[in-house]
Amino acid sequence: MTVREVAAGAYREALPVLLVSASGGLFAGLVLGGMAAELRAVPGLLLLVPAILATRGNVYGSLGARIGSGLHQGLIDAAVTIRDERLRGAIVAALLNGVLVSVAAAIMAFGLLALLGRPVAPLSTLVAITFLTGLLSGLLLTTAVVTVVVFGYRRGLNPDTLAGPVVTTTGDLVGVATLLLTTRLVLWLGGG
Amino acid sequence: MLPLLLVLTVIELGSGLVLDALQETLLAYPTLLILVPVTIGMAGNLGSILAARLSTAFHLGLLSFDPADDHLAGNGLATVALAVTLFPLVGAGAWLLAWLVADPALALATVVLVALASGVALAVLAVLVTVVTTYGAYRFELDPDDVVIPIVTNVCDVLGVVVLFGAVRAIV
Repeated sequence: MTVREVAAGAYREALPVLLVSASGGLFAGLVLGGMAAELRAVPGLLLLVPAILATRGNVYGSLGARIGSGLHQGLIDAAVTIRDERLRGAIVAALLNGVLVSVAAAIMAFGLLALLGRPVAPLSTLVAITFLTGLLSGLLLTTAVVTVVVFGYRRGLNPDTLAGPVVTTTGDLVGVATLLLTTRLVLWLGGG
Repeated sequence: MLPLLLVLTVIELGSGLVLDALQETLLAYPTLLILVPVTIGMAGNLGSILAARLSTAFHLGLLSFDPADDHLAGNGLATVALAVTLFPLVGAGAWLLAWLVADPALALATVVLVALASGVALAVLAVLVTVVTTYGAYRFELDPDDVVIPIVTNVCDVLGVVVLFGAVRAIV
């Protein structure tokens, strides 16, 4: 193969996937662009955005991969229900990781900004926001990942190819949308 | 898995710090705020696709670490071409969304230029990081499938924000 053939093949294969994920990313950005007031009201929140988005991808991408491997190995039955112990274990571990890492990010962000002498919201506000965001986005993403992977598998689709795109396209949007929702809730409850 | 997640979070907080430094400009121009998640996402995606393709070529014995190698040069070229195609669209999309909901505050050409400049710089950086990491995995006899994608995705996330910061400072 020549350089040109390799390049043309790689370009054609990647373009549709990237177009879909770019559209998803733009809508996540639209939500973020609409929360300028909240970002101003809670200094330090913008610093947490990349960590919160990456954690969604890392934790729930891995959940999708685990369920996919379980289905392939026959450890999780295709006619699985939520009462399945292995499925429940994977979900609880993902939720726990997602919430713990989000709260840890809030504590580290607070320490970092305080150390640098930059303006930062009270620790309790940041922790409340990240805890609720971690929990709520976790429940939504778990539902999305489990539904798509299990139903896709029943219809003969490979869960390994499904889980990644589902998490990357919905993860950012769900992450930013729940961040906006919980920030408004915490500010409304007087945490700001 | 928790220790790895915490290390990755520390890296992501690094890109958060860059955003925090740019906060005033981003809040003044919501169009640029719209670009943040999509730039981070595209950078990571370009890097991870390249990394996956190079790992596969490497496993199939098709890859040699020579700048003139067909697979290396072809995949690198495709990454830059994808960035040149997609980032102006992303910039125009961000401007359009901002225009639909509020005053975009910046000219369409400015936003497209910021996106294109960030995209080209990111594509070149993604190629460099991926090739160096894949070569490192080869030298240390590690499986590139295990090592390269997590490193490349997270490094590209941080680079996405840093490059966007540079483009905004230079153009806006």
